Amino acid sequence: MADSLTRIILDKQDINRTLTRIAHEIWERNRGLENLVLIGIRRRGVSIAHRLSRKLQEIAGISVPVGALDITLYRDDFSEIDSQPVIKKTEIPFSLKGKRIILCDDVLYTGRTIRAALDGIIDLGRPMSIQLAVLIDRGHRELPIHANYVGKNISTTIDELIEVFLEEDDHIEQVIVIKGHKDGTQ
Amino acid sequence: MELSNKDLLAIRDLSPEEILLILDTAESMKEISTRDIKKVPTLRGKTVINLFYEPSTRTRTSFEIAGKRLSADVVNISTSTSSTTKGETLKDTGRNLQAMNPDLIVIRHSCAGAPKILADTLPASIINAGDGAHEHPTQALLDAFTIREKKKTLSGIKVAIIGDITHSRVARSNIFLLQKMGADIRVSGPHTMVPPFIEELGVSFMPDMEEAIHDVDVIMMLRIQLERQQHGLFPSIREYSRFFGLNLEKLKKAKSDVLIMHPGPINRGVEIAPEVADGPYSIILDQVTSGVAVRMALLYLLIGKGNRESN
Repeated sequence: MADSLTRIILDKQDINRTLTRIAHEIWERNRGLENLVLIGIRRRGVSIAHRLSRKLQEIAGISVPVGALDITLYRDDFSEIDSQPVIKKTEIPFSLKGKRIILCDDVLYTGRTIRAALDGIIDLGRPMSIQLAVLIDRGHRELPIHANYVGKNISTTIDELIEVFLEEDDHIEQVIVIKGHKDGTQ
Repeated sequence: MELSNKDLLAIRDLSPEEILLILDTAESMKEISTRDIKKVPTLRGKTVINLFYEPSTRTRTSFEIAGKRLSADVVNISTSTSSTTKGETLKDTGRNLQAMNPDLIVIRHSCAGAPKILADTLPASIINAGDGAHEHPTQALLDAFTIREKKKTLSGIKVAIIGDITHSRVARSNIFLLQKMGADIRVSGPHTMVPPFIEELGVSFMPDMEEAIHDVDVIMMLRIQLERQQHGLFPSIREYSRFFGLNLEKLKKAKSDVLIMHPGPINRGVEIAPEVADGPYSIILDQVTSGVAVRMALLYLLIGKGNRESN
């Protein structure tokens, strides 16, 4: 991590503060939190969804259910990638019909993951609305998609890579930018 | 991690890691079949051909449903209505099908090695859905998936396979697979239906069925191929049933949490009593449900990405 090409943009405290703010924004814009559910995109979006759920419980005293979505089967880039992604389970133990969904992911980049997630969710039922919460928005969208809740906007170049590490998944907690990465694949 | 071969011809070709990859992928696929909309777009634009030279209900339907749930286009060919009746050879049929650019061909054939001939001739992926008395790899994978689902592991599990071992491709594939995953296997059946030197596969032979089943976690019954009775391999169906049929009486000797499996189609009252097949220990229909998930996993793993050659 001491590499000069690597820069820490959020540390553990920053991440916590940022998610607390997003939780407040969700509460503010979804008065009463009725019918609200959090859906995380595997893998780190799921950890973010769980954290937001805990924070909403603390702030508003309401428990918001959490589901996990694997978007592999909905990807549009099977012909582009070299190694085949391993499929993980989609675990959404409640109906999505009529729900207000907050879709959670770690980094928003081209928007293709979110497109796949939207298709995946709609196949599971017809929600009332879908909002998007991301920890980092790094720009370079290839589809007309925008986030409703953004932890931090970072302007990046295509050859940079953003890496999010969360304790649940990685045992460390920070967000870094790596320069000079081959193609910036997220 | 992905499968190293373009085809699935035999369990013998798979490594334990590949088997685990298939079973884990199938676990994720299973949920799709429980949805209201049982379809995902993953294999959109891919073509799968079911080429069955032998009758089949379960396997053919299972592959067809698996393909359709992943949005592939599935074409069924049953050879009784095809040019095979006009004398076309397997290779020629294969080449002609290949000319229509399928991505994968599922083949069942009465000759061992037929899938291998297609795999060597054609660029399409080939899945062996049963070839003669050789192998039936997808059956063994779905059996392993079902056992793992119920018992949480395959390693150390004791399995008894009962019936016509010699002529059973299901038995062979299951022996190879379960052994690779660390299970402990014994077989039982009439001497005329168990190959000599079976112990060399690391399997024990117990001629007494009650001894074979008394301490196992899983009893796998095989279909007795009634058409073989003419060959004099056993004196009468009634006698076979008395010694090697699973009924409530024999079941009392087994463990209280034993699982009973059968690849189907079952001969009620011959190798398995109706009360046992429909009873609480039977997971015969779970096997069928697993079959769709396992075949979805295989289709995804074999043709779910771009051109293998170009990468």
